Amino acid sequence: MDYIPNTDADLSAMLREIGVASFDELVAAIPASLRKFKMELPAAMSEPELQRELGAMAARNKPLDALTSFLGAGAYEHFIPSAIDALVSRGELYTAYTPYQAEASQGTLQLLYEYQSLICRLTGMDISNASLYDGGSAVGESVYLALNAQPKRSRIVISNALHPEYRQILRTYTAGMEVEIVELPTRDGVTDLNTLAAAVNENTAAVLLQSPNFFGCIEPMLRAGELTKPKGAWFVAVVNPLSLGALRPPGEYGADLAVGEGQPLGIPVGYGGPYVGFLTSSKQLVHKVSGRIVGRSVDTEGREAFCLTLQAREQHIRREKATSNICTNQSLMALRACIFLALMGKRGIRKIAELNLRRSHQAADAICRVPGFALKFPRAPFFNEFIVTCPAPAQTVCDRLERNGILAGVPLSRFYAGMERDLLVCVTETKSTADIERLVESLSRAASQKV
Amino acid sequence: MKEPLIFDLSSPGRRACSLPAFDAPAKPLAELVPQECLRQHDAELPEVSEMDVVRHVTRLSQLNFSVDTHFYPLGSCTMKYNPKINDQIASLPGFARLHPYQPASTTQGVLAAFELLEQTLCAITGMDEFTLQPAAGAHGELTGLLLIRAYHTARGNPRSKVIVPDSAHGTNPSSAHLAGYHVVTVPSNKQGEVDIEKFRAALDEEVAAVMLTNPSTHGVFETNILEIAAMAHKAGALLYYDGANLNALIGLARPGDMGFDVVHLNVHKTFSTPHGGGGPGAGPVGVKKALEPFLPTPRIAHSAADGTFSWNYDRPKTIGKMRSFYGNTGILIRALTYILAHGVEGLHRVSEVAIINANYIKAKLKDLYDDPFPQACMHEIVFSGKRQKKQGSSARDIAKRLLDFGFHAPTIYFPMTVPEALMIEPTETESRETLDRFIAAMRQIAGEITQNADSLHNAPFTMPVTRVDEVKAARELDVNFVKRNA
Repeated sequence: MDYIPNTDADLSAMLREIGVASFDELVAAIPASLRKFKMELPAAMSEPELQRELGAMAARNKPLDALTSFLGAGAYEHFIPSAIDALVSRGELYTAYTPYQAEASQGTLQLLYEYQSLICRLTGMDISNASLYDGGSAVGESVYLALNAQPKRSRIVISNALHPEYRQILRTYTAGMEVEIVELPTRDGVTDLNTLAAAVNENTAAVLLQSPNFFGCIEPMLRAGELTKPKGAWFVAVVNPLSLGALRPPGEYGADLAVGEGQPLGIPVGYGGPYVGFLTSSKQLVHKVSGRIVGRSVDTEGREAFCLTLQAREQHIRREKATSNICTNQSLMALRACIFLALMGKRGIRKIAELNLRRSHQAADAICRVPGFALKFPRAPFFNEFIVTCPAPAQTVCDRLERNGILAGVPLSRFYAGMERDLLVCVTETKSTADIERLVESLSRAASQKV
Repeated sequence: MKEPLIFDLSSPGRRACSLPAFDAPAKPLAELVPQECLRQHDAELPEVSEMDVVRHVTRLSQLNFSVDTHFYPLGSCTMKYNPKINDQIASLPGFARLHPYQPASTTQGVLAAFELLEQTLCAITGMDEFTLQPAAGAHGELTGLLLIRAYHTARGNPRSKVIVPDSAHGTNPSSAHLAGYHVVTVPSNKQGEVDIEKFRAALDEEVAAVMLTNPSTHGVFETNILEIAAMAHKAGALLYYDGANLNALIGLARPGDMGFDVVHLNVHKTFSTPHGGGGPGAGPVGVKKALEPFLPTPRIAHSAADGTFSWNYDRPKTIGKMRSFYGNTGILIRALTYILAHGVEGLHRVSEVAIINANYIKAKLKDLYDDPFPQACMHEIVFSGKRQKKQGSSARDIAKRLLDFGFHAPTIYFPMTVPEALMIEPTETESRETLDRFIAAMRQIAGEITQNADSLHNAPFTMPVTRVDEVKAARELDVNFVKRNA
């Protein structure tokens, strides 16, 4: 099966027009030794065969529809309005490329401008780019910006409660740079602000705090920002955008940058991708921001029109002097987020965020009534995730519940030493009272089983 | 009629989504979360109906050119047809509705698909191992350079320089810089290939890697590739392959056989995954054996004992992670579907037809547009609009005028080595008739320029907007809609 319209007759006629006797004449520049190789691939399949074979492969997985999942930890199961899939399936949107030719790309450009504006309204920040790859790489990019904009500063302060994968990405991204990464401990589920105050100095380029953090706890962002600013370092907030329907946005606590994972905004969990990273900044930093940015302008007749702007920041112009190397980003995923926010609207975004808050607290209360289970950090406020300490190793508890089709949460032992009994449980608006009751009953049964 | 902004469609009280009611006793929010953590003022999102949103986005979509609607010969971007079966497979719940932290016992199918994709990419490129983690081509470049850095560091010295030809994509020097390397640019010769003597002079013990695109962005094959590889390796440097132009070589020759140590692929180019208006793509990175220990974590493990798949995080020499989780799964599944559809013969035909199509355009236009590299081109042809520029029309004018004929513009002003560059990549999925119409349009435009070059300065004439004022966009920056100007 291929997707080539030209027939052998077409190709022969074209070769004649080109003035060569055969295709091989066109590729004579390739050394003959390079043309002799054997490529081992499965035999070509027709479309029905693809549907059958790959359908069978998909069927070997157990999707969330067949399970009751309380997994979060950076990827969240949320309601996805049907209009999103219908709209992003339009070929005009998903088979276009980066809108280099503005006049033939006004659809993509206006939608990205609306995405930027919606994200700004949600975060309370002034500037948003048109997307990055995902939350983790957005964290990496934010550090590139902070280091690049402040060449005399080389310390990055992060918290032990920043997503473990984001921390790893940060270290990987900066492997070729002169940078000192200081990791702060937590106390009662949130970053220890005494250690923050001590770690921030004149050499600090940025302090990154995630809220809600990896433990699900809402960090004291206002205070952390206040401790960061006097030393001239940037305060970078890593936030869950959906939580901002109910929680105080970074623009209200003075963040210089707010970044994060946009997946909760209408993007399927999709086994980890494609997602979308968002990166927003205060007005002052607009020329430092990386990635595509769409601007509103006019055409020669004075009509409103959109185009990519501030391109002089980017790799195709500045080459090795660019702050970032990003080229292809996640436009279609940004479009999903844009449509999600438009559909939710002013009231919907608050309602869905509040539902997350209420469902997770309902579940936390119910789980804690089961003997042997307790909230790990009872004093820290949380949004839609919390850590439960189990009477048995969390992995054992999860294994037992999986047999009943319940994914109880993410055992934290894989990320943190000394947290063998700790389970990160996520409860979003997709869970009903009945789901929570099932989880609680199953936990209660699992706890009473002999190890 | 101009489509209003979504904010202009807003009317208080209108809504699009229904959400479930909370069916348990509801405490005041401030009892759940301290007041100072709560949002005080609602985010000013629009208040619109579902149909408002559907019509808005649909109307806007109609303002776009796209592969589904137009010939899109954007050079170096490989805007080939995006088969619909790919989307269907990727959106099966068994792929799309999986949480990345689900136990491996529930994700055996997707892990098998990943392993198969890694194996097919190895076969296609002649590399030994692949990681699927990078999210795009540039992300793959950074991954590759960090792998190279780790490799040299493990041998005692990360080295300090990366050699890049002057025709390279801007992402190459930019990625090298981010990986902590000083960039040394080597000029091209008259044939559009790397100047081998200048290359020899630039090569020394401090060079960590040589980054090449082959065929280069001049659309020509690097005939000295084997010599270049030998020279680089002799100096202890590694050879990096920018896979942006793999569509020219797929089934025809393999970077691994040329001596490349690290390659990245752009699956949204060669393997037909949709470009999405600027992404998502995916940028798998392939390496030779010696670099395998450094690949990002986790890697797929396939148990010889019981045939099951799992993720292996026990990778002591890994560079770490480039993004969260495993990669752009939905895009990778599309690429796998595409590869399985083709098989060996099918893939070979891809490069063959892509090359014939490009040479056909070259043959039919080289009398009117300057052709800086007279040898046969590979999958794309770079013309120079120098002649037209002298007559008074720029490459930009030509690009804008093409839109009026219903063709997306070629890539313009890149590569920077060719003045007034017009980089045309037809791909294999366009028919001869489409190419003929495109050629006719280019010939007509050349004629228009000869007669009245000024007439093109205001092109395009038939698009939803006329030329957009980019200077104003940058000077009077409006990137976040605050309120309608009076």
